[in-house]
Amino acid sequence: MEYETVIGLEVHTQLKTKSKIFCGCSTTFGAPPNSHTCPVCLGMPGVLPVLNREVVTCAIKLGLATRCTVNRSSRWARKNYFYPDLPKAYQISQYEAPICEHGYVEADLESGETRRIGLTRIHMEEDAGKNVHGAADDDHSYVDLNRAGVPLLEIVSEPDIRSSEEATAYLKRLRSIVRYLGISDGNMEEGSFRCDANVSIRPMGSDTFGTRAEVKNLNSFRHVAHAIDYEARRQARLLAQGKEVVQETRLWNTAEGKTYSMRSKEEAHDYRYFPDPDLVPLEISEQWIEAVRATLPELPADKEQRFVVEYGLPPQDAATLVASHHLADYFETVAGAVKEAKRAANWVLGELLAVLNKLGISVEESPVEAAALAALIRLIEEETISGKIAKSVFEKMVATGKAPAAIVEEEGLVQVADPEALRPIIQQVFDDNPTQLAQYQAGKTKLMGFFVGQTMRATGGKANPALVNKLLREMLPEPTAPADGG
Amino acid sequence: MDLAEVKRIGALARLDLGEEETAAMSDQLTRILDYVAQLEALDTTGVEPTTHPVTLGEAFRDDAVRPSLPTEAALANAPATDGASFIVPRIL
Ligand SMILES: [Zn+2]
Repeated sequence: MEYETVIGLEVHTQLKTKSKIFCGCSTTFGAPPNSHTCPVCLGMPGVLPVLNREVVTCAIKLGLATRCTVNRSSRWARKNYFYPDLPKAYQISQYEAPICEHGYVEADLESGETRRIGLTRIHMEEDAGKNVHGAADDDHSYVDLNRAGVPLLEIVSEPDIRSSEEATAYLKRLRSIVRYLGISDGNMEEGSFRCDANVSIRPMGSDTFGTRAEVKNLNSFRHVAHAIDYEARRQARLLAQGKEVVQETRLWNTAEGKTYSMRSKEEAHDYRYFPDPDLVPLEISEQWIEAVRATLPELPADKEQRFVVEYGLPPQDAATLVASHHLADYFETVAGAVKEAKRAANWVLGELLAVLNKLGISVEESPVEAAALAALIRLIEEETISGKIAKSVFEKMVATGKAPAAIVEEEGLVQVADPEALRPIIQQVFDDNPTQLAQYQAGKTKLMGFFVGQTMRATGGKANPALVNKLLREMLPEPTAPADGG
Repeated sequence: MDLAEVKRIGALARLDLGEEETAAMSDQLTRILDYVAQLEALDTTGVEPTTHPVTLGEAFRDDAVRPSLPTEAALANAPATDGASFIVPRIL
């Protein structure tokens, strides 16, 4: 039987506030264990949490950016469970009345198609601490509560996702959005952007859902995709054997490329949510929402659309450029300083990204500034250098940090665009290659390319290619026989 | 509240209840629930559930860092520490 995969994703994104959600402890990462704790985030008796206003603003931002309804009234709930990294034995979260509901994210697929993935809800909650497990022969675990109380937004998607490719596209777009908004680092490897996947399968064409497994421990886009594909295969195999899929939590094991059941001896999760009596219901005024709306930056989907219209870029190129607003800004700086925006896009997506990937750095750390790349492209547009020479100049810019004009000057790379300088060189090429010249004259006109190549080589690549073509057409003898194509 | 439910709730709260305690709890909890259930006699059609006696709405703090506790103070009540972390029996 042919099956369809049905996926819903739960993303936890850590907010970049200065202080924790309910106390004034710092959220700075990497501090000595338990140095950013206080009676509130340690869960001491008798303390009261006080909500950080900025957390609400961040949630409103994301809600508006994903076309959610921002609820004017929402409530805090206690999610009860025991774990050493949870000092109060409950997590303050939102349950029945989350701050945002019913939005969507539009994700671009390889095919150029755009998929709209619904968002069920976005809610605010506090993070737990961190458990560090000792060596194999150490029967202790070590708890650091610096992260306990760091604000999170949980973004729950509808089960609208149908493949690992769609899941990746959705996550990348969602991450771009939180980064554009400046509310989170969105770093999966470092845990500031975490994803759990609910995966089920159903016969193609069916409109009821199969039993789902929840897969955890996915800390890169690649792991998410692999885990979804693995789960779909595992569940199809079970059904083919006449077995049933069990609703359970499974852990992704990267080394083995498999998911494993997290069999818990305890009874199924029963979080016994109830309204938190320590926190008043959250009332958000229309003015607050509108004030936040006024601060929203241009978002990836709008920017992508604008790049297509304003710069005439292919949608795929625009999508790659807007994935990071830093990359998009870089491109716009270059595009604004040269004649052809398309050429700017080609350089940014080609040479620049290749170098950044090779060096493993982001565009903010680029060794070549946008203005310098623009200066290089202008040298091509002014026909001072050829596109080919420009690539080697770019390599030298990366290596030395020098300005393109200085490199061109120092290395004598200025394009030869003077016909009187080129004619004797072409004549020398003819003299050196009498056989090819005779063959050309005999009708083998494809040798034009050979002569272009020889001339370019004789000038160290500095000849203006268009001019070389023009001069060759003038100077080559008229073929006597019709072209034989050989 | 029957014995099975008392045991389940006891387990969720990590309470190790003996047979006698379970029976006593079952009896006491049932009486408490029956007492509160008298409220069900009231007609609450159209009344919003009350989760808080007060609705202040505006109870925020600004996003500013305040000094945390010294680590020694944070760890002071813990049964076991290494001076930096809380130590608990191995979890995984
Ligand atoms: Zn604190």
